Amino acid sequence: MEIFTLLGFGEKGWGVLILTGMALTLCVTLASLAIGAVIGAIIAAAKLSNRWWARALGTAYTTIFRGVPELLIIYLIYFGGSSAVTAIGQAMGIQGFLGMPSFLAGALAVGLISAAYQAEVYRGAYRAIPKGEIEAASSIGMPPMRCLRRIILPQILRFAIPGLNNVWQLSLKDSALISVTGLAELMRTTQVAAGSTRQYFMFYIVGGLLYLVLTSFSERVFNSAERRSNKSMPRGMGQV
Amino acid sequence: MSATPRLSVRNIRKSFGAHEVLRGISLDAHDGDVISVLGASGSGKSTFLRCINLLETADDGDIVVNGEEITMKTTSHGRSAASRKQLDRIRTNLGMVFQSFNLWSHMTILENIIEGPVHVQKRPRAECVAEAEALLEKVGIADRKDYYPAHLSGGQKQRAAIARSLAMKPKVILFDEPTSALDPELVGEVLRVMRDLAAEKMTMLVVTHEMGFARNVSNRVIFMREGQIDCDGTPQDMFGGKGSPYFQQFIRHMETENDAA
Ligand SMILES: Nc1ncnc2c1ncn2[C@@H]1O[C@H](COP(=O)(O)OP(=O)(O)O)[C@@H](O)[C@H]1O
Ligand SMILES: [Mg+2]
Repeated sequence: MEIFTLLGFGEKGWGVLILTGMALTLCVTLASLAIGAVIGAIIAAAKLSNRWWARALGTAYTTIFRGVPELLIIYLIYFGGSSAVTAIGQAMGIQGFLGMPSFLAGALAVGLISAAYQAEVYRGAYRAIPKGEIEAASSIGMPPMRCLRRIILPQILRFAIPGLNNVWQLSLKDSALISVTGLAELMRTTQVAAGSTRQYFMFYIVGGLLYLVLTSFSERVFNSAERRSNKSMPRGMGQV
Repeated sequence: MSATPRLSVRNIRKSFGAHEVLRGISLDAHDGDVISVLGASGSGKSTFLRCINLLETADDGDIVVNGEEITMKTTSHGRSAASRKQLDRIRTNLGMVFQSFNLWSHMTILENIIEGPVHVQKRPRAECVAEAEALLEKVGIADRKDYYPAHLSGGQKQRAAIARSLAMKPKVILFDEPTSALDPELVGEVLRVMRDLAAEKMTMLVVTHEMGFARNVSNRVIFMREGQIDCDGTPQDMFGGKGSPYFQQFIRHMETENDAA
């Protein structure tokens, strides 16, 4: 059967390329999650700050990155970044167009978007911590940084898991947009395979199924993390 | 009494905006004193306790714990402790038990109790665990040490919170309505623990609506009204008719409320 040849791992098969693309999708999304976690935590802290200008900056960030189309952000980072790289290259005497590495540009773009959503998740999680628990820590003389590490962060992580699951799924799908930069992730590879074999229907369905594999697998990971963190919650009867 | 008071509060004032909640409160608590603080809701009792360990910063006045005064500074942001280090050290000597328990919900009961000794006082973990188990035994919840707070009854949670406070070996414990959030049938088990502490000469400042505790356990009763100490004295005097007319009215009101309940 032709289908099996095309999807297989033989010389004429696209199997290896597609699986590599899938791995790349996973990697670029993981990288964007990490970038988004760092920036998102800073934005969340800004939005929770009692300095008005920090709050204003945080709000501006989340408004912009949630309100502007993802594709525009990706173009902005990729082409904007590339022209910056080119300018730097020219200053150092290198002529011609220098592209920004597409993996980096993609991870950064999706990461910046993810940060806006993660910031909301962390802010909500912080708000869910009873204020009295932080007062209890202060009242025994726990210094603020230790309180952050021992009392606040573990609970933020616990409350953030469901929200992070959503953000992750969103980023996984956003990562398909990086295909416009030529990065051979799952979307791009599927596109190329479909175009060059003219088997559009088959390859897009396979691509779609592989995205579903990724999302349902990560759903499981998040669910088990949530279950584990829930052992201290009221409903789960988790007497260790 | 000539000995240094365990806790000395001098002329505390506190306003929230234009609302003056504490209008000059002073008090000395000596070793083994059990002082009940009574007063209508909104009279400033919680704010008073919270100003003692600086969960709220008083606008004026001094706090002296075991002879050491908490040094304050005033900047453009307002008044605050001059040294966070000194404040944290003094806070380890000042336990606090909250109406809403405030146990750390991501930690088991045992972890809650050893948290301060291990991570604030930096004492050896094994020693802290042994002490924590003894404390849990003492408050009667040794069998709950590996449970999370969410799986305990209110009375058990408050007893755990008292044990957590005791684990720091404080010189004074502040109680802010420790039984007000409890179902009536669970009040007794918490009061029993507090009565035991009183018998062991722990210095305690207790905001409460439990007239039985104020009358029978404390050696001094303070009645707060509109941010001031309206009257104070021994329970015998206060409940024997020597309090102010406002206090008389207050206890009559409390009694009818208890009868209604
Ligand atoms: N953080 C706050 N901000 C503004 N007002 C407050 C705050 N805390 C307490 N108050 C006000 O101070 C008064 C005294 O409150 P509180 O000390 O809680 O009284 P009590 O414990 O005796 O019921 C009340 O009128 C209350 O509304
Ligand atoms: Mg109160």
